[in-house]
Amino acid sequence: MTTLSLDHVSRWFGNVVAVNDITMTVGPGVTGLLGPNGAGKSTLINMMGGFLAPSTGTVTLDGQQVWRNEDIYRHIGIVPEREAMYDFLTGREFVVANAELHGLGAKAAQKALATVEMEYAQDRKIETYSKGMRQRVKMASALVHDPSLLLLDEPFNGMDPRQRMQLMDLLRRMGDEGRTVLFSSHILEEVEQLAWHIEVVVAGRHAASGDFRKIRRLMTDRPHRYLVRSSDDRALAAALIADPSTSGIEVDLAEGALRIQAVDFGRFTSLLPRVARDHGIRLLTVSPSDESLESVFSYLVAA
Amino acid sequence: MYDPTVARLTYRALLGRRRALILGALPLLLIAISVVVRGLAGADDQTASDLLGGLALATMVPIIGVIAGTGAIGPEIDDGSVVYLLSKPLKRPTIIFTKLIVAIAVTMVFSALPTLIAGFILNGNGQQIAVAYTIAALVSSIAYAALFLLLGTVSRHAVVFGLVYALVWEALFGSLVPGARTLSVQQWSLAVADKVAGGDLITSDVGLTTATVLLVGVTVLATWYAGQKLRALTLAGEE
Repeated sequence: MTTLSLDHVSRWFGNVVAVNDITMTVGPGVTGLLGPNGAGKSTLINMMGGFLAPSTGTVTLDGQQVWRNEDIYRHIGIVPEREAMYDFLTGREFVVANAELHGLGAKAAQKALATVEMEYAQDRKIETYSKGMRQRVKMASALVHDPSLLLLDEPFNGMDPRQRMQLMDLLRRMGDEGRTVLFSSHILEEVEQLAWHIEVVVAGRHAASGDFRKIRRLMTDRPHRYLVRSSDDRALAAALIADPSTSGIEVDLAEGALRIQAVDFGRFTSLLPRVARDHGIRLLTVSPSDESLESVFSYLVAA
Repeated sequence: MYDPTVARLTYRALLGRRRALILGALPLLLIAISVVVRGLAGADDQTASDLLGGLALATMVPIIGVIAGTGAIGPEIDDGSVVYLLSKPLKRPTIIFTKLIVAIAVTMVFSALPTLIAGFILNGNGQQIAVAYTIAALVSSIAYAALFLLLGTVSRHAVVFGLVYALVWEALFGSLVPGARTLSVQQWSLAVADKVAGGDLITSDVGLTTATVLLVGVTVLATWYAGQKLRALTLAGEE
């Protein structure tokens, strides 16, 4: 059982607050750290990995301080986001070096290379690797000492769907084995497919925490906004507002369109085409106006 | 204190392609110039001393020191690959000490050895000049490697600062401002060379005792401080 705890952790760079008073506990299983780009995920992961001192608060692993504590790395495996990794070595040389730095030998390295299924390319120079291969060798180097905590910063960035699936399988397996696995991502679907538990960070603040399905429901149930143009805007507006799935409609004269706020996502999406057909109205434009991840996140923060 | 894996990684990074070319070019230039000078002017102690002092010790050794010292750690910190060393149960001073040993060895091989060869070509080690300058190059290799390793640890512009120190401070100010000479690795190593060669071809502005104390002090202090800086090294994220 390995538990990573953040206790009122903040980090600022000059006047900029990157992480603002975050308290969270990450236990065994796969946890997704979700947030839009620039939310402070990397800063958080760097503090969790002991590469950045919190400005205030503490990061501990099973009660032990992480910052300035080299011994903690016996228990932590890290897969950094950055690409650079001694490109002049072969994959095998790189993983063997990582094993040696842990006081282990070539056997541990070989086992880690087998785990990530990279034996077939282990004798090629890293500089010839694709993004996915690099990611897997990075994984091997992080797994070489059989760590109980695995930290991965945006591990799926730039991977093709097949590589993504392989890595997800691997991480799922790690979680099933009882390891504490934390990965960051700005893509909802990635987190949805993999994480048992999620932590949402927006603008440096801890926006939500808990079971993924609960948070997903919160995200789907939020009021959705649509921009709709039709052959008869006013008739359409009158027909829609009669249904409880719609909470507000504005006739935007300048845009020549309706701005509709729907509270029941599922019901509204089936209502709109039906109402239009029944009233003989042609729909010209239907576009969600707040589907960006940022708006989803800002809704979560407010919720 | 010394980790063979860190050493291996450092050697391979330092002696990889482009950097090895730069490291090899200066010594070859020194030896080529020595051959030409010997051919044109014949064996002359004063010429030998001028060339070894002016080109080898004042220019080549510090430049090789900058390349090896900053190159032993700077690029790793710059591109973030140092994370693979830092995320291991390794004492930070062990990483620095190992890299220092590698930087010293590389600086010595690429600067002291060619100095010895050039010295023998120039005047066949007459008046012990070749040996004296070689010892000076060996001694200054240690101090330069330590200084520039520290620079590589604390600054992203280590190579620029290093070259400014090596060329502007040591070469220019050193010859214009007498005080600057006291704070010059080159002068300290000349004090050692002076002792070896005897005679008055090699002179230093610094006494041997002062020079020794400063050489040892700077090396130890720079290495210790680099270890401290690495302990507190912050890896900036992508954000």
